[in-house]
Amino acid sequence: MSEQPNVAVDGADPVQEERREFRSYVWGAGMALLLTVVPFALLHWARLPRSPMVIVISVFALVQILIHFRYFLHISFAHKREDLQLILFSALLLTIMVAGTIWIMASLALRMAMPAS
Amino acid sequence: MSRETAKYPGLNLSSAHGKDHEAAESLMFGFWVFLMSDAILFGMVFATYVTSVHATAGGPEPYQLYDIKSIFVETLVLLASSFTFGMASLALKYKHSTPRLIGWLAATLILGIAFLCFELHDFSTMFAKGGVPSRSGFLSAFFDLVPLHGLHVTGGCLWLICLVGQIARYGLDTKTKLGIMRLALFWHFLDIVWIAIFSVVYLAGLT
Repeated sequence: MSEQPNVAVDGADPVQEERREFRSYVWGAGMALLLTVVPFALLHWARLPRSPMVIVISVFALVQILIHFRYFLHISFAHKREDLQLILFSALLLTIMVAGTIWIMASLALRMAMPAS
Repeated sequence: MSRETAKYPGLNLSSAHGKDHEAAESLMFGFWVFLMSDAILFGMVFATYVTSVHATAGGPEPYQLYDIKSIFVETLVLLASSFTFGMASLALKYKHSTPRLIGWLAATLILGIAFLCFELHDFSTMFAKGGVPSRSGFLSAFFDLVPLHGLHVTGGCLWLICLVGQIARYGLDTKTKLGIMRLALFWHFLDIVWIAIFSVVYLAGLT
């Protein structure tokens, strides 16, 4: 993929382009802030039972991670590049190794009648 | 809108930066490979933590050691530092004055150091309550995971200081530009790891 047309410099106005990218950072930071404040506030004031609370925390964390990737690291499904493939592959490896470890160790703890993880 | 195709992770310099933009492609991808291997490392340390979180051996439990307010402040400080680094990247891309770029980098550094101070304060409070690494499996795993992130942030701060020194000495040439761009990836990556830490370790530990 070496032939990238250099259209942007004359095509887009740099001032407008900068404003757009600035707004994108503000938007990303704002959403990340919201996704941080809500689970902290729920923990502090709402006192949900344990398992729904853990699910809520995980969902907020995953969404916030995607927001960081999209707005701060500029990774998205829109541009198909090797870095997207690499991160998907790393996510697959992480899922297999982390979930596998936790599963095996929890099962071991259960069968050995130790406090379950 | 005729937007240029992004070539690498992070904020892309446009073709207005000429050969620096070309040189970035392979370097940024190489650094991205390193970050992903670092993510695997963090993932395994997370797995260690989750499997030993109940192994308190009669020692202090998570809810006796964690201070949610301090963690909340640390989270905000780190998020703010990610935003200021984003502003530094924009200042680099749109060729604003070098003092403005260094100003944003300095703001990021101060926030990074503030984060480390809060974290060290947390650790010393935990120590005072008997939460030392040798007390239980849970505490060993905790002090394996959270200070590993802290060490990364310390490394990032040192790297930032070196970069500012290089800019002062050599100006904004290809090397210093690409240094800033790689540090930006590293810094944003550390903020992502922190999301996992405050969710898995602190929020889940306090429910």
